[in-house]
Amino acid sequence: MTAQTPFIQIRSVSRVFNGGNGVHDLSIDIPRGSFVVLLGPSGCGKSTTLRLIAGLETADHGTIAIDGKDVTNVPPSKRGLSMVFQSYALFPHLSVAENIIFGLKVRKTGKDEIKSRLTEALNVTGLEGYEDRKPAELSGGQRQRVALARAIVAGHPLCLMDEPLSNLDAKLRHSVRKDIRDLQQRLGITVVYVTHDQTEAMSMADIVILMKDGRIEQAGNPADLYLQPATAFAAGFVGSPPMALLPASALPDAVIPPKTDAGRLTFGIRPEDLVLSTDTSTKAWGISATVTGSEFLGAETFVYVAIPGTSGATARLPGQVHIAPGTQVSLSWAGAAAHWFGEDGQRLAPTATREAAREPNTSFETDTAIPSL
Amino acid sequence: MNDMARLQKQRLALYGWMLAAPALALMSLFAFYPAIATFWHSLFTRGTTRRPSVFAGFENYQDLFADPTFATVVWNNLIYAGVTIPVSIIFALIMALWANAHIPARSFVRSAYFTPTILPMIAAANLWLFFYTPDLGVIDQITGFFGASPTNWLGQPDTALASVIVVTIWKEAGFFMIFYLAALQTIPPDLREAARIEGAGRWTYTRRVLLPLLMPTTIFVFVNAMINSVKLIDHLFILTKGGPNNASKLILYWIWEMAFAYFDSPHAAAMTILVLLALGLVAVAQFRLVEKRTHYR
Ligand SMILES: Nc1ncnc2c1ncn2[C@@H]1O[C@H](COP(=O)(O)OP(=O)(O)O)[C@@H](O)[C@H]1O
Ligand SMILES: [Mg+2]
Repeated sequence: MTAQTPFIQIRSVSRVFNGGNGVHDLSIDIPRGSFVVLLGPSGCGKSTTLRLIAGLETADHGTIAIDGKDVTNVPPSKRGLSMVFQSYALFPHLSVAENIIFGLKVRKTGKDEIKSRLTEALNVTGLEGYEDRKPAELSGGQRQRVALARAIVAGHPLCLMDEPLSNLDAKLRHSVRKDIRDLQQRLGITVVYVTHDQTEAMSMADIVILMKDGRIEQAGNPADLYLQPATAFAAGFVGSPPMALLPASALPDAVIPPKTDAGRLTFGIRPEDLVLSTDTSTKAWGISATVTGSEFLGAETFVYVAIPGTSGATARLPGQVHIAPGTQVSLSWAGAAAHWFGEDGQRLAPTATREAAREPNTSFETDTAIPSL
Repeated sequence: MNDMARLQKQRLALYGWMLAAPALALMSLFAFYPAIATFWHSLFTRGTTRRPSVFAGFENYQDLFADPTFATVVWNNLIYAGVTIPVSIIFALIMALWANAHIPARSFVRSAYFTPTILPMIAAANLWLFFYTPDLGVIDQITGFFGASPTNWLGQPDTALASVIVVTIWKEAGFFMIFYLAALQTIPPDLREAARIEGAGRWTYTRRVLLPLLMPTTIFVFVNAMINSVKLIDHLFILTKGGPNNASKLILYWIWEMAFAYFDSPHAAAMTILVLLALGLVAVAQFRLVEKRTHYR
């Protein structure tokens, strides 16, 4: 397979339910061996997209090809893929081993092969010794691994996962995240993974496909999404705490990009790009704001500020920062750190602002590192 | 420490007995005592004004075994149970699967299936009496349309039992369907999709996932069907009265006849004890065999 032919090709696929929800005119290319995450808020059509790839839903329009074969009207079992469900969908009356080999048995695989594949799958997922237990006798994490084992036992080149970690506690989620990623790399399979958790998406994905209202908002690698959000929605969804999105009208004229109408622009700034200064007099163009609170998280401190005419912003400062609520501060940033979005929410081509580009970066108490762009 | 544990255990045992006591008292009054009294009664001869009843040992039982009607009635009931139990269960399951699928007018289908259940058995029997009427009934109208001659379905030994069986199945299947329908709705649709992705077709899914998950319901329905196959005789009074020539006579009807038509209560008591014994054996076998292989969630 050449690099040019994507493993999965989705071409203008629509699936609209009664009521108008669903997915609209999706086109996605997924390279072989990649870990692709479908990300978006609840109800944006991630599961529907996954089910379209799986064949559990049929497209109203458009075509889906897997591995060069048009599978638009092919039943799920003939698409050469496996799936991990959010609920795990384990068969409650079957033992762990029976659950894992269910598909192999259905496909009439030879006895010896079933045995060796089962051993392998149990080994990979660390489930040895649990073969004879029923799902009800397992912990949430173990059930999740059984679902994973069932997905990889057949050796399909494609594995679909629908929010597989949402039923696990936070700590376990973190380690399983890594396990799944390692497993995918080791087996060299393609994974399409659905989640509404942007941390999960950013930490696992080769490619993130951000969706909203049944359409793709932005697709790209995690760094792209973070550093160059294509829309205001993407900017606000990715990153924690999220990017502050302020109407440009609340900003001083000096920072507004030339030849634009401040009344229609949205300005975005990442928490780590905000510079706080208590010296409100020196800066010509700093935004004045009031500190409303702060959160110390060990390695960093989040400082929440209220800005008149906006819903406020968050600054992320390294280390511990003591700053009392009510303190008047001046906010500034390096010009290149600013994101601008038009009235339609689309990102504007980066243009240097008149003042900010020239302005040296002054910082308060600590040196706020500005990521190079 | 050990004493404490023992005391605790004793107290729990006491609680257990206390909790069981009301049910136990009622059971003793209405089940155990009558059963023992019946057994006692079955050991005496039938008393008349001239000859008072005397202890007869197991003579009544010997009489029963010697009576050719006994064999007929037991055989009839075996056929009756052997057909109505599996057929009504299978119908119930198929109807439930059908009524649970995404079909148009689903609630109409469900209520249509359930209608026979809400009719009293006597009313249902009267309805079917009309269906079975030779020449005029619905069934003969239909068979007549295809050129068959009128049949006295209820009046001839060859078809009487079968006709009664049909009515029972018609009456029971809708009732059992409700239980299957309820059970089907607790099975998450994810399982179906997981099975589909693993390559299981409709039949494999039904056999390997659906039926095992429905097993607790099947056992419940099976026990009910079995009890009904002994207990449900209301329609015999309307349809055939056990005839012709005992062809559709079932055990309980026979017992009723002995006790209240011929006033031969000792023999009726003996037959009742035999039925109790048989049912007890079946119940034990069932718990031993079937329960072990069932998955309860
Ligand atoms: N079978 C269905 N019938 C009708 N509407 C549906 C169906 N499945 C999903 N939807 C709707 O389509 C939209 C997308 O759903 P889904 O793909 O499940 O979202 P999510 O991104 O949370 O996984 C939702 O608004 C949902 O209500
Ligand atoms: Mg979903």
